[in-house]
Amino acid sequence: MASLSKPDAPRFDVDVFQNEYLAQGAREVNAIVTVTATGGGTSGGRPLGAAAPGPGTAVVLVIDCSGSMEHPNTKMRNAREATAAAIDTLPDGVAFAVVAGTNRAEDVFPGNGTLAVLDPYTRIHAKEALHRLKPSGGTSISTWIDRARKLFDAHPGTTIRHAVLLTDGRNEHETPADLQRALDAATGAFTADCRGVGTDWEVAELRRISSALLGTVDIVAEPSGLAEDFRAMMATAIGKQVADVALRVWTPANARVKFVKQAAPAVEDLTERRTEAGPRAGDYPTGSWGDESRDYHVCVEVPAAAVGNEMLAARISLVLPGPDGTTEVLGQGLVRAVWTDDLASSTRINPQVAHYTGQAELAESIRDGLEAHRAGDLDRATARLGAAVRLAHASGNEGTLKLLRKVVDVVDAREGTVRFRKNVSEADSMTLETRSTKTVRVKK
Amino acid sequence: MPQQTECPTCAEPLGPQDAFCGACGTALTGPPTLRDLPVVPSCPNCGSTELADGWCQRCGHAQPRERDHQEHEVTGVAAVSDRGLRHHRNEDAFGVAGAECPDGAPAVIAVVCDGVSSSARPDEASATAVTAATDSLVAALKAGRDPGQAMHEAIGAANRAVTALAHDGTPAEPGRHNNAPACTYVSAISAGGLVTIGWVGDTRAYWIPDDRESAEPYRLTEDDSWAARMVAAKLMDEAEAYADPRAHAITGWLGADAEDLDPHTVSFTPHVPGVLLICTDGLWNYAEAATDLAFFVRADARTEPLAAARALVTFAVERGGHDNITVAVLPIDPQVSPADHDDTLLDVPLPRAAADTDATVPLRRAEPAAN
Ligand SMILES: [Zn+2]
Ligand SMILES: [Zn+2]
Repeated sequence: MASLSKPDAPRFDVDVFQNEYLAQGAREVNAIVTVTATGGGTSGGRPLGAAAPGPGTAVVLVIDCSGSMEHPNTKMRNAREATAAAIDTLPDGVAFAVVAGTNRAEDVFPGNGTLAVLDPYTRIHAKEALHRLKPSGGTSISTWIDRARKLFDAHPGTTIRHAVLLTDGRNEHETPADLQRALDAATGAFTADCRGVGTDWEVAELRRISSALLGTVDIVAEPSGLAEDFRAMMATAIGKQVADVALRVWTPANARVKFVKQAAPAVEDLTERRTEAGPRAGDYPTGSWGDESRDYHVCVEVPAAAVGNEMLAARISLVLPGPDGTTEVLGQGLVRAVWTDDLASSTRINPQVAHYTGQAELAESIRDGLEAHRAGDLDRATARLGAAVRLAHASGNEGTLKLLRKVVDVVDAREGTVRFRKNVSEADSMTLETRSTKTVRVKK
Repeated sequence: MPQQTECPTCAEPLGPQDAFCGACGTALTGPPTLRDLPVVPSCPNCGSTELADGWCQRCGHAQPRERDHQEHEVTGVAAVSDRGLRHHRNEDAFGVAGAECPDGAPAVIAVVCDGVSSSARPDEASATAVTAATDSLVAALKAGRDPGQAMHEAIGAANRAVTALAHDGTPAEPGRHNNAPACTYVSAISAGGLVTIGWVGDTRAYWIPDDRESAEPYRLTEDDSWAARMVAAKLMDEAEAYADPRAHAITGWLGADAEDLDPHTVSFTPHVPGVLLICTDGLWNYAEAATDLAFFVRADARTEPLAAARALVTFAVERGGHDNITVAVLPIDPQVSPADHDDTLLDVPLPRAAADTDATVPLRRAEPAAN
């Protein structure tokens, strides 16, 4: 597997799972689109070994240095260690910077408004510079995002641009509009994973950032877990081979895209992220790809046609925009509609579609349930989390079921009968909320 | 018309002087047909000329495919197949061919198959069966095999070919019919005055004499169907059996999951001129009894088999075209003197006991459906 040269862009395989048969008059077409990228020589999310990402990757680590990071003081120390671990994980050739995030953003390394290229020398200096990560001040995440964007801009020529934003608190020293402005400017410029350390931060806020920047969000409840998490994020980042890939959805005249959602590995609604891409086509951003597989749920409403007709309800392509305005099609799949009077065909439910519909419902039930709990509506919270337990159990989503069990006592998983636990820890509740969108694939 | 280097029908290489294709008999000269005229294809649904990969790039509708409507005529047989109105693709297939026996006598072959729609890739199954059976029949007759023997071999070859589809590595589509590819089968050989029929499933053969006043049309096949089985086992009477929702469920087919394949063959010597029809249920569903079907067979069917086949397909489409429709018409003109004519056996099919040890299905007079 080891490859010392930058491998070619990965190959994208597109598989479509659907029941294309519609009853007379039916108009809604659902399909699960599995996109699998396979490329030469990268490690994906696995430990690095000798795989080399080459000069195309840039990473900016933004570490929260607000005053609260010294309560407890292990937080700052662990954050510094995690940053060092991240630097050690990145191979030579990667461009990188470390930023201290407070109510402003300060370059810690290299400190000259641009990125440094890792080599044995910069590696040592970078780690020495980490003592400048010191708690003082507030939290204005828009400044962090702006600074990361400017650093990436100052170092052109990289294709994979990825940031990590670590925070321990709410974005309390600016308005949501400030944050939105920064996100709008950064969208498409780089991707970012968000991490909340401790339990004083807000899940919805970080999710908003990670969604906009096409990255992941997670909780690191114990600061001691930061180093391992940072290592894993860096391994994934350097496994990426191609950035700015879009899911292009073509639909016929008078059709309407009802939604486009990433369904695995986590639920992510992309519907509102559409940008028009020529007649009857729109692009939905998917960020950067390494060796990985993702599932998308596409729902299209087409004009009804008579029994016996067959229609292309959607053409799904993975496209890569070129610098000259052209696009390269990396892979393609077709979603069809066939009208039939055979009820056995039209009433059959595609197992993939059913499964991911359930997984999306699972995520929604958890979100609703925890929201109701915060609002003091215990009945609703219990009902919603009960529904979540039932869905997680039925779909074999053991990971989510385990998180649910820390918040509710499960009386009957199959029926979704639960009781709220007394003294649910904030960490367990936030972990459930943060990871509620994680899905599993269809049981084979 | 530009010089053709291969047959437009079967892609057989052609010489510059060829007026007919040596392989399939397609005429290569004559006035330009629609096929030769430069036409800008446009979408039948919305008229857009923006077409790609078989789809309209505007309204998304599938564009007509080659198998949607097919016609083929060679000396001695013509066939037409059509998607109909209610199915999105044509899962029927047919083959027609001429063959030469070792003594130089001509033989005519027709094969019609209907993909089982509850199986995977039924369209591939029928096309595969037709190709295998046609090739097998031509080769067997050329080699001098008895028609009954040739028929058995052809059904065997077709069954092996369809069975092989189940093991060709095509992944099963989740949430779909995962039954092995399957189809029904009927074929006819007309050679030296003898007609031989072979079938599996509910594709049928009918004998339609020119003179329907003095000779009666007959159904030559007995369906492998639930209803036919119930009637044969005397568990139900015909009316009761055919009124059951399971009536048309077939009990015999070609394919990997066909247990105890039981091909039926029958031979007979027509004594009067007429046509032999072999067809799928897309046709006979609209005129089940031979006498009813005969009503829609053109009087000149024997001299105009292609026109007769087209007319039958049009009839089924006009009746609703609920299924794919395929029919082959084989003109039969017995070269027998009236003196040989045995009144009692007038155009009654005669199972040839010697060659057809398994022609066990009792042939019966087809009764009109009504009254
Ligand atoms: Zn030809
Ligand atoms: Zn069109």
